[in-house]
Amino acid sequence: MNVAPFIHTRKLGKVSVGTVTLAHGGGGKAMKDLIDDVFVAAFDDQASAPLEDQARFDLADLATYGDRLAFTTDSFVVDPLFFPGGDIGQLAVCGTVNDLAVGGATPLYLSCAVIVEEGMSVDTLRRVARSMAKTAKDAGVHIVTGDTKVVQRGACDKLFITTTGIGVIRKGLALGVDTARPGDMVLVNGLLGDHGAAILCARGDMALDTLIESDCACLHGLIEALLTAAPEARFVRDATRGGLATVLNEIADASQVAIEIDEAVTPIREQVKAFCEILGLDPLYLANEGKIVVIAPPEQAAAALAAMRAHPLGEGAGIIGRVNQGEAGRVTMRTVFGGRRIVDMLVGEQLPRIC
Amino acid sequence: MKYLDEFRDGQKARVLIKEIEALVSTMTIPAARPLYIMEVCGGHTHSIFRYGLEGMLPKEIELIHGPGCPVCVLPMGRVDDCVSIAENPDVIFTTFGDAMRVPGSKKSLLQAKAEGADVRMVYSPMDALALARKNPDREVVFFGLGFETTMPSTALTILQAESDGIRNFSVFCNHITIVPTIKAILDSPGLQLDGFLGPGHVSMVIGTAPYEFIANFYKKPMVVAGFEPLDILQSIWMVLKQIKEGRADIENQYARIVPVDGNAPALQAVSRVYELREFFEWRGLGSIDHSGVKLRDEYVHFDAEQKFAIPNLKIADPKSCQCGEVLKGVIKPWQCKVFGSACTPEIPLGALMVSSEGACAAYYQYGGVKRYKEAV
Repeated sequence: MNVAPFIHTRKLGKVSVGTVTLAHGGGGKAMKDLIDDVFVAAFDDQASAPLEDQARFDLADLATYGDRLAFTTDSFVVDPLFFPGGDIGQLAVCGTVNDLAVGGATPLYLSCAVIVEEGMSVDTLRRVARSMAKTAKDAGVHIVTGDTKVVQRGACDKLFITTTGIGVIRKGLALGVDTARPGDMVLVNGLLGDHGAAILCARGDMALDTLIESDCACLHGLIEALLTAAPEARFVRDATRGGLATVLNEIADASQVAIEIDEAVTPIREQVKAFCEILGLDPLYLANEGKIVVIAPPEQAAAALAAMRAHPLGEGAGIIGRVNQGEAGRVTMRTVFGGRRIVDMLVGEQLPRIC
Repeated sequence: MKYLDEFRDGQKARVLIKEIEALVSTMTIPAARPLYIMEVCGGHTHSIFRYGLEGMLPKEIELIHGPGCPVCVLPMGRVDDCVSIAENPDVIFTTFGDAMRVPGSKKSLLQAKAEGADVRMVYSPMDALALARKNPDREVVFFGLGFETTMPSTALTILQAESDGIRNFSVFCNHITIVPTIKAILDSPGLQLDGFLGPGHVSMVIGTAPYEFIANFYKKPMVVAGFEPLDILQSIWMVLKQIKEGRADIENQYARIVPVDGNAPALQAVSRVYELREFFEWRGLGSIDHSGVKLRDEYVHFDAEQKFAIPNLKIADPKSCQCGEVLKGVIKPWQCKVFGSACTPEIPLGALMVSSEGACAAYYQYGGVKRYKEAV
């Protein structure tokens, strides 16, 4: 991967104080020191290169990965910053890597823009940056450009991160949300709802102690294995905010088909079920950060399933439903009990029921 | 999940459905209409939709979704009162989650929060009391809402606050009682009901004796029911059995939770803290005598209605809204003129579209608009 070579080297700045203040956003030496100390030192394998205002890529190099660029952006505002199974930094890398990967792209480069609330400890910021760097390294992507702003107390909640990603889509893939056909199978790569439940617990206002961890993970390896085994797969999407139910509704609507899933084979951890039971929430709408929904034609469903199960992030994969003719845009679930219920789009936020 | 999965067993459900079908086949049901059974409690409504029970029952039985969703029957003016308290800069206003979205005449608590009011979701009034301890310089108001199910926990919290000498805590009391409400429904003209599923959680507190008048005076059978799908099916079977045998009794299917005499300590706390209001305004049902409670004079220093100047305006429901008829089982949700058009869960016009326990929202969410509108 070629980021343009450099000629002159420079000395990296250091932050000597313990907390971030508005001075670190002022554009002067304090800001440069913060960027160097926290971000450049963590992200850059050529840290002492001169800082330019943009990353530069070699087009011919990009073209070796495929024939189309994929470009995506996402903002991360999770509270708390650190939660069981992950942190905001890991999430910010995984989220954007996954948004590229579900389109069939090889994720290559990320940007990282942070908005920091004054008063945050520099060590916390370092910890987040190191987590981003490690996640990116493990995923084989490079964080090549960024921006740092510091805002007054109260103007943001501790730390917001925006990552933008560039990837290249392999030749021959044509995944689309509007391509599901009656007879297609619906697959997921494992247990649903862990991230949403973990975050709700970690916020502490539920007064519930659980051992549920976020499933936050970069899924491009799994998706590559899946698409190699089942190149005719119609569509892949990560089931983040709004959960499985939201993704299925988007597919049913865009493809003008009906989708029915089977509660008995929809994988949800017992603890997540119990958590939802107590709070009156529905796990189908809980967020995931390491789960994909796959629509595959019936003749490739078995290959897709086998490929996912062979990958460490897809061991719990299963076929959970199918695409049907029937009322276009309608998602239903066959309940364990033998009834049938409609799984609609969520109106707003899920609010716990009173009794 | 232990003690839950056993009550969600599909195989057993099929056996029960067969039993219900067998029972129905031996009954003479007039051709004009099916048997109408009302589940009083919103928790039942929720389970019925979540497990798709309606579609499993024979067509001779129709479930009518009653008024037992405390969020749904809250009049608009009361929401306005909440907003007016919450917008006081010294106040932390605490509420159960699903009351946040209920529309007032101008805004919901969720909107008030977005505009800067300090509105927080809690799971128990004790959480609100904890907030009061943590924020001694601010007044923490708890929005006391619900039937007898939630009434004792609010009462116990007030008693706790009293014994701890906490003075920056108060309750905006909108607790309501179930018996006068059922009576109001039974007295409403044009009523067509053949039996009731009684509210499980309310009965856990008050017991089953307070319902005797339904059997004795109105000659309608009632079965106090649990909330799992097998509970509900079994209770429906029990109601049918009574109808077939020409009986009207108060039976208890939920005996594993509901004692005949209720919960004595809970009832004691309730009678220590509250007294009946002369009347209380319900959304969709109008004013019902003795259907609400307020704090007794001894606890007036915890009464938000005394601590704050509350507008207390009566706001009429929109004319096109037919929540009242739906609540009484006179019409089905989808027969309402505005169901799914002017009134949706995004922009609820009527109370029943607000909470997931409201009959209209449940139909909309789990049943779909198109299907019902087409069937009309």
